[in-house]
Amino acid sequence: MPETNGHGAPGPGKAGAGKAGAGNGDGHRLASLTLVPRAATRSAAKDFKSDQEVRWCPGCGDYAILAAFQAFLPELEVPRENIVVISGIGCSSRLPYYVNSYGMHSIHGRAPAIATGLATSRPDLSVWVITGDGDALSIGGNHLIHALRRNVNIKILLFNNRIYGLTKGQYSPTSERGKVTKSTPFGSLDHPFNPVSLALGADASFVARTIDSDRRHLTSVLRAAADHQGAAFIEIYQNCPIFNDDAFAPLKEADATAERLIKLEHGEPVRFGAGSKGLRFSRHGELEAVEVAAAEEGTLITHDAHRADPSYAFALSRLDAADFRHTPVGVFRKVEQPSYDQLMAEQIDAARSRSGPGDLAALLAGNDTWEVG
Amino acid sequence: MTKQVQKLDHVIIRFAGDSGDGMQLAGDRFTQETAVFGNDLSTMPNFPAEIRAPAGTLAGVSSFQLQFADHDILTPGDAPDVLIAMNPAALKANIKDLPRGRDLIVNTDEFTKRNLTKVGYEGSPLEDNSLEPYNVHAVPITSMTVKALEDYEITRKDAERAKNMFALGMLSWLYDRPAEGTLSFLKAKFATKPEIMAANVAAFRAGWNFGETTEAFSVRYEVKPAPLKPGTYRNISGNTALAYGLVAASQLAGLPLFLGSYPITPASDILHELAKHKRFGVRTFQAEDEISAVGAALGASFGGSLAVTSTSGPGMLLKAETVGLAVSVELPLIVCDIQRAGPSTGMPTKTEQGDLLAAMFGRNGESPVPVIAPASPADCFNAAIEAARIAVKYRTPVILLSDGSLANGSEPWRIPDTDSLPDLSREFAFAEPADPADFGAAGEFEPFRRDPVTLARPWAIPGTPGLEHRIGGIEKADITGTISYDPDNHDRMVRLRQAKIDGIAADLAPVEVDDPDGAARVLVLGWGSTFGSIGAAVRRARNAGHSVAQAHLRHLNPFPPNLADVLRRYDKVLVPEINLGQLALVLRGRFLVDVISYNQVRGLPFRAAELAGVIEDVIGHA
Repeated sequence: MPETNGHGAPGPGKAGAGKAGAGNGDGHRLASLTLVPRAATRSAAKDFKSDQEVRWCPGCGDYAILAAFQAFLPELEVPRENIVVISGIGCSSRLPYYVNSYGMHSIHGRAPAIATGLATSRPDLSVWVITGDGDALSIGGNHLIHALRRNVNIKILLFNNRIYGLTKGQYSPTSERGKVTKSTPFGSLDHPFNPVSLALGADASFVARTIDSDRRHLTSVLRAAADHQGAAFIEIYQNCPIFNDDAFAPLKEADATAERLIKLEHGEPVRFGAGSKGLRFSRHGELEAVEVAAAEEGTLITHDAHRADPSYAFALSRLDAADFRHTPVGVFRKVEQPSYDQLMAEQIDAARSRSGPGDLAALLAGNDTWEVG
Repeated sequence: MTKQVQKLDHVIIRFAGDSGDGMQLAGDRFTQETAVFGNDLSTMPNFPAEIRAPAGTLAGVSSFQLQFADHDILTPGDAPDVLIAMNPAALKANIKDLPRGRDLIVNTDEFTKRNLTKVGYEGSPLEDNSLEPYNVHAVPITSMTVKALEDYEITRKDAERAKNMFALGMLSWLYDRPAEGTLSFLKAKFATKPEIMAANVAAFRAGWNFGETTEAFSVRYEVKPAPLKPGTYRNISGNTALAYGLVAASQLAGLPLFLGSYPITPASDILHELAKHKRFGVRTFQAEDEISAVGAALGASFGGSLAVTSTSGPGMLLKAETVGLAVSVELPLIVCDIQRAGPSTGMPTKTEQGDLLAAMFGRNGESPVPVIAPASPADCFNAAIEAARIAVKYRTPVILLSDGSLANGSEPWRIPDTDSLPDLSREFAFAEPADPADFGAAGEFEPFRRDPVTLARPWAIPGTPGLEHRIGGIEKADITGTISYDPDNHDRMVRLRQAKIDGIAADLAPVEVDDPDGAARVLVLGWGSTFGSIGAAVRRARNAGHSVAQAHLRHLNPFPPNLADVLRRYDKVLVPEINLGQLALVLRGRFLVDVISYNQVRGLPFRAAELAGVIEDVIGHA
């Protein structure tokens, strides 16, 4: 019988444990990659471009996200063949076709489930999920919350354009109430999800938000996600120029940016409005924006993404009112928790060190046999 | 006192009581004792879906029937020779199945006015002569158990709960069963509760001694061991055999086993069993729903695991879209459907063969999937290995159709020598690492370039340098696998996927026909769990002087290569199914043979005697 490697995970010989976990030159290995082999040579963004023609609409925010993603992947220092991108259905979910690695464009809403099986059985892979607001929050909502609570070592990029694009413009579970679309000519009746609040409610160990138009910020969030062992959830505000153009315009106007965007940095005082404003807790426990100058000393918040209790991060997520008055971006929450795939591998290792590898003949025989003849 | 010993060639016993009375456990233990004694046997548990229906009601009756014999038998038997009724509800629910003149053991303690009223008895049947046709043994089981346990430091409730062991001890004496196995089982089960352990052992012994001394039983029975093929045997249920088959297939293929599953009756025991076997590197994933369960399995398959999902009918429909994706991306996947009575929730603990057409056709588009079915509880082991063989060799999902009666039924199993099992590692290989130069002018790996013989595409798992590729549910261009909406390409791909599955027929053993005198004009053709009851019915018909042939299908898609010839060799083909004629519909459509369909959907296996009558009718008109 052929042998499998230590964790019972299949894989070509070269993806052995010898290379896995090796530190790179500067001594830091991104936390989600401790069991993933390290590339011998540094690749470039172009190495991750597939030969497929990209077919999103002109001006789609997906282009910017794809470019940032491809430019970021070399930073992982992972061989291209050990990166897997899994998506569901929708415009964003076409992304795997454009990335030259292993990929699966699956079925609507199910990418987190498929990625869970892959990541759980193959700790030597860096697994990325690409999804959209309809895919992840409507048809696939159940898989999303369960993948997050299990803390499977997958990185989930949710492209939120607040509309159904591929089916030509119906309202989505993140569309604002009253949205007039083909399926809601008199305005939508649904109250929208706040994806960050939802992920925090599911006890996700890493939750972040970023914007398609800010490549530097987007890349920094991708880096932080890769440096997290376990499930990472990233909401990316993404413009759909055809069916929901300028949905995030308030955050992109040059002068509004400073006023509305709250860039979160762990360990730093939360400041916006060119440094003039900060956040403090109100009497009722909500966060409120105040003038720094007018605030009592010691009442202003310093961002702490590592708090075990998600209440603070949740309060931050509730600042994102429909009118984008105050919109935090960056890492809301990042806490260390054992990842599901790690725990499963540990159970297997523990069972084997306790009683040795399985013996098929002994299993089949059981304890209650009798002889005939 | 010395008792008369009567020799029997077979006995059918049915234990019946309230769901909380421990009848399944008593039946299981009696089965183990009988197996160790060396009889051939077959069992049929029958219990309500409710965990604890209101005590003493008809809805709460749970029963366990077993047949054992000094010769090889095929079914748990039609009607019991002995019925043990632990309360009035059990009596009322089961008495109609007991033939006149047979033994009825009644726990008289439970025949209180309240319990009688609950099930609509106006007076006690023990006192109104209505049980006169039977050989009644009135035994105050509960009170004798409590009395026997007087000296133990346990509550009265715990003492009463040991009454199933009293009943088991009594039956074990009556049929001369070896008791050692049950005693050591009790010691292990209650290792942490020594008082309860001692009480159960004492209850068992009290039942045994009661049988020996009481005048309630004047005869002790003897059923000699059956002349089984030499070897080492154990008793095994269908779900356990299926789980073991999957572990074996994983070892034989050299692939780690991944099970994605969501709890559902009657499939959950596969998840329970596999969850124990971490030493074999088995990963079990209890998913948030049926869709996630199959999705995770498909993800694991993409990564090179032997991937399995287990479920029952309602779950099958939820998984259908993902099975379709597996058809489209052409990855191995084993889908175990432990069928139960439908539609919808149906009767979760009752058996049926109602999912055949759903397995074959229940997906959108042209979506062919191999379908196989085990014929007996122990055969679930072989069926699992065969499902794995087809899945990894042809890179396709395979549906394995077991059912409730196989899943929970059990029989002696001659434990196979592991060296005799097929080497599945020879049936497939992962695609080897490659250099772009290897791919010629295209310069790209071609994930849909097929093996010319099997038509399987390469199984190129992530982590393999040079084979980076994308797959998905969108139609793919032949060979390159890139997205394609080309009309001719789609037509070609639909036909290629179909040809791959059809081609498996050449790789299957021909269906064997049992036609001992070669004079039969009628063939009885079945599939799945009906093997035992059809076999028993055919024996009856032959014993009555009729010539009749029997064949049983392991492979339902594709069919074995010689099936058309076999069907045309007989004047009449009778197809009994626990559905309304699903295999019959396919046979008629595919072979233009006017098969005769015989159907029951009672949530129970066929009764051999009834089926024998049907066979004789068909022969009479042939």
